[in-house]
Amino acid sequence: MSTAFKTVMMKPNDKVAVALEGIPAGSHVKVTCQGHSFDVELKEKIEFGHKFAVKSISKGEDILKYGEVIGSATTKIDIGEHVHIHNLEGKRGRGDKVE
Amino acid sequence: MSSGKKFWGYRRPNGQVGVRNHVLILPTITCATQAAKQITELVQGTVSFIHQHGCAQVGVDYDQTFRTYVGMGANPNVYGVVVLGLGCETHQARSVAGEIAKTGKPVEVVSIQDHNGTLGAIAEGSRIAVKMVQDASAQMKELCDLRELIIGTECGGSDACSGLSANPAVGVVSDMLVNHGGTAILAETTELIGAEHLLAQRAVDDRTAKRVYEVIGAMENRAIMMGVDIRTGNPSPGNIKGGLSSLEEKSLGASNKSGSSPLQEVIDYAQVPSKKGLVWMDTPGHDIEQLTGMVAGGAQIVLFTTGRGTPTGSPIAPVIKIATNTGIFERMGDNIDLNAGTIIEGIESIESVGQHIFDEIELVASGKLTKAEILKQYDFGIWRIGPTF
Repeated sequence: MSTAFKTVMMKPNDKVAVALEGIPAGSHVKVTCQGHSFDVELKEKIEFGHKFAVKSISKGEDILKYGEVIGSATTKIDIGEHVHIHNLEGKRGRGDKVE
Repeated sequence: MSSGKKFWGYRRPNGQVGVRNHVLILPTITCATQAAKQITELVQGTVSFIHQHGCAQVGVDYDQTFRTYVGMGANPNVYGVVVLGLGCETHQARSVAGEIAKTGKPVEVVSIQDHNGTLGAIAEGSRIAVKMVQDASAQMKELCDLRELIIGTECGGSDACSGLSANPAVGVVSDMLVNHGGTAILAETTELIGAEHLLAQRAVDDRTAKRVYEVIGAMENRAIMMGVDIRTGNPSPGNIKGGLSSLEEKSLGASNKSGSSPLQEVIDYAQVPSKKGLVWMDTPGHDIEQLTGMVAGGAQIVLFTTGRGTPTGSPIAPVIKIATNTGIFERMGDNIDLNAGTIIEGIESIESVGQHIFDEIELVASGKLTKAEILKQYDFGIWRIGPTF
């Protein structure tokens, strides 16, 4: 399948990239960032503006975008999986976690 | 006009410059908002707004509401003010008018109880407004420098494109304005949670860096004290549908609006900046409360980026709306002025869109109407920080 889908990855140490168009499941996507390149097979459909993993992420690991922490993984996330509220939780403003 | 750095504005008695010449009918109490609205329907050239505040408020919450009223009247886009009260409220019209009068602009007080009810107050307020509007219409514009502008920056109805297109483009504009000697306001403290370390690094001194962490800590603690995940309210359902997964992710995109200039100071809600350059106003992420705080703080123009699309506008300050993606620009073109979605499509650079926005500021400052003004989108909302009693 095509590798011409538009994506953006902000910083080389990021673990996710953003789809700049809707991309069907099973697509092979070539993500580039500042001389680094990642070949990703999307495990599921990614909507415009949504994120997918370009590196495998362990449960509890920090997830980086813009080179900064945007939250942590609530489960193991494989390369090519959709990364969103079902597997990423914010670490800030968590009054629900106060004992 | 050929220098590209000037605009035609209205000089006020205190030396400040407005980009509009409104007569504001300012209700200091919710009970007077309907009468104020009636005056705006009778008298061309007047504006007003609806709200629920102005009575049974105490302490810092009283002060913040008071400061917001005064700031709306004092904003240089306002030629003169009719302060409309009921008579028995805590936020006395006379006190608000007294503060606004320090700017030297025309200010008059009308009280519903002193004028034998709604109809008497409307008649008296309208008579005063007629004269003010005619006087305002006789004021000539003069050529002003862009360094006299305070520009508020805001994002609302954000999506995953906000941090990639429109917000970085606004960051370019913020830097350009600062380089011209003007003032850019970064705000929405909630939506800087997770990006505060990047701003603190740009603070001009330790005191300002410390204030960054203080206002962030105070905002985050409000959610923690309520025992809730802040994500239940921010990012909003629309933000999440647009691809934003956490408040930190939203914040890292939102902070791009600040460009790369040094952070000069952190100011309170509805406070007028004491310095030129980039300043941070402590406001919530709520669009209308943030907008009101910045306008009450003296912003003559606001830049507002949106991915989901919003109608937001102010009764006294033009709000230039900038789409983060071309789809929403095409669907909500009635509400949105400019498109930064071309960055996502690879058609334009962030710098090029920034230049378009900067050019638009010059036009709007000289009188070009924004979509929100044309649609009479007169939003107003005060960030309340205490209970009503």
